[in-house]
Amino acid sequence: MTPSPAAQELILAAVKVAVVIGALQALFSLMTWIERRVLAFMQFRLGPNRTGPFGILQPVADGIKLFFKEELMPAAANKWAFLAAPVVAVTTSFLAVAVLPYGPPFTLPRLDFLPGWLAWLWPEWLWERSVQLQIATIDVGLLFIFAIAALGVYGVVLAGWAANNKYSLIGGLRSSAQMFSYELALGLSFVGIIMLAGSFQIRDIVDAQAGWFWNWYCFRQVPAFLVYFAAATAEVARTPFDLPEAETELVAGFHTEYSSMRFALIQMAEYINMITVAVLAINLFLGGWHAGIPGVPSEGLLGFVFWGAKVAFLLFVFIWLRGTLPRFRYDQLMHFGWKVLIPVAAVWILITATGVALAGW
Amino acid sequence: MDAILFYASAALAVVSALVVIGQRNPIYSAFALIVTLCSLSVIFGLLGSPFIAALQVIVYAGAIMVLFLFVLMLLNVKREADAPGRGGRALGGIAMALVTLLVVQGGTVLLRFQLVPVAEFDASTQKMARVLFSAHFLYVFEATSILILAALVGAVALARKEP
Repeated sequence: MTPSPAAQELILAAVKVAVVIGALQALFSLMTWIERRVLAFMQFRLGPNRTGPFGILQPVADGIKLFFKEELMPAAANKWAFLAAPVVAVTTSFLAVAVLPYGPPFTLPRLDFLPGWLAWLWPEWLWERSVQLQIATIDVGLLFIFAIAALGVYGVVLAGWAANNKYSLIGGLRSSAQMFSYELALGLSFVGIIMLAGSFQIRDIVDAQAGWFWNWYCFRQVPAFLVYFAAATAEVARTPFDLPEAETELVAGFHTEYSSMRFALIQMAEYINMITVAVLAINLFLGGWHAGIPGVPSEGLLGFVFWGAKVAFLLFVFIWLRGTLPRFRYDQLMHFGWKVLIPVAAVWILITATGVALAGW
Repeated sequence: MDAILFYASAALAVVSALVVIGQRNPIYSAFALIVTLCSLSVIFGLLGSPFIAALQVIVYAGAIMVLFLFVLMLLNVKREADAPGRGGRALGGIAMALVTLLVVQGGTVLLRFQLVPVAEFDASTQKMARVLFSAHFLYVFEATSILILAALVGAVALARKEP
């Protein structure tokens, strides 16, 4: 029995959602361990190396520990807002992932050697079917990510306010002020590539960067790339913009009062946001799954491998920055965002627009 | 599928809008307003204009409401006290809503508005940009931009401390 075309699409979409969410959660727990190990090596320490080979089971141990810890809620907290905040944070971080492409279109293999009793696992309608490595292909993918990022601020605002704790509140206000200040620069940095690629769809933008690697927008749009990288780092509150984690001033910022699994959820949202901005940077500026040299094929599985390697490198860069740079002061942060990044991005939009209109870039 | 989505988000928009005006705690009102704006965005999306849908969330639900919440949280506004004459105002509001409904419905009947089927109504980003930047709307668009710029400059001038 073959399901109807609509049902086939629905089944494929459900499988993609399940795979992506599972992969992201695995990547999140792996990242917590990688980050601690890499940072430790950069600082001549060892990092967690006791649980399992090289300490790779550390995330599992952390998970078990967090699971059995007591869920605390301050007596004066606003109960519903306190419960809703981690949910908002995680939901928005997963939603943004839905429109990101993960690789070139992929043709499913034809597994006709499967014995009859296993054939239901790989039915005929899957054979040689071309699937997009992307959950939702929507017209305005880039704007969708931007909209979800704007909603993501509410997780932080809610968490900071609901706990009824002055450190949480100030931390929450700081983090959200930082997030929406840098969101502006982030949005402006996209405008140039949207003009060059002529589409809001991330997949079109990736395909506009095919060919030699100097076609990548990080070389054609250097100022936009720099603005994006700085703003994205600030958006996900990584060093040197990790003001929310300035523990000497704010205890732990907006999540001071969170413990146990709710803390884990907030942590997960932060790591997934970091993965999202890294994937977005790869897709928009670093050629996505294109190898950058004509002749090197980037179709199918190979494209996915190139893409994955680039993402892994960029995630490493984020850790590298954390091991290298000191933290900005709050007024420096605001100054940098409003008086440096936004003007640079705005002027660059004018230059790109002139180039597109007159010189045919 | 579209019909289910439409009725669900329309109902959500109406209910959360009622919460906005019925709720005494201003913070809850603000959150209900965010829900209203997001469900309106779903309706824009269903009407075939993902661009407007995304902008609705970015500008209204995102940027503007965050500033509202900021002020409410910084001022630490508590529940509003019971004001006298609340019942009368509620009745007035309901009457006003009925009048508006009558005017809108009556207007569509009297002026013989044609309902455009969604399929024929092209509201894609490209089409919208072409209309917006056509000679017909360009001056209005630019005039609005200058108006907003003037408001921005005014806000900065007002907020600046005297040296």
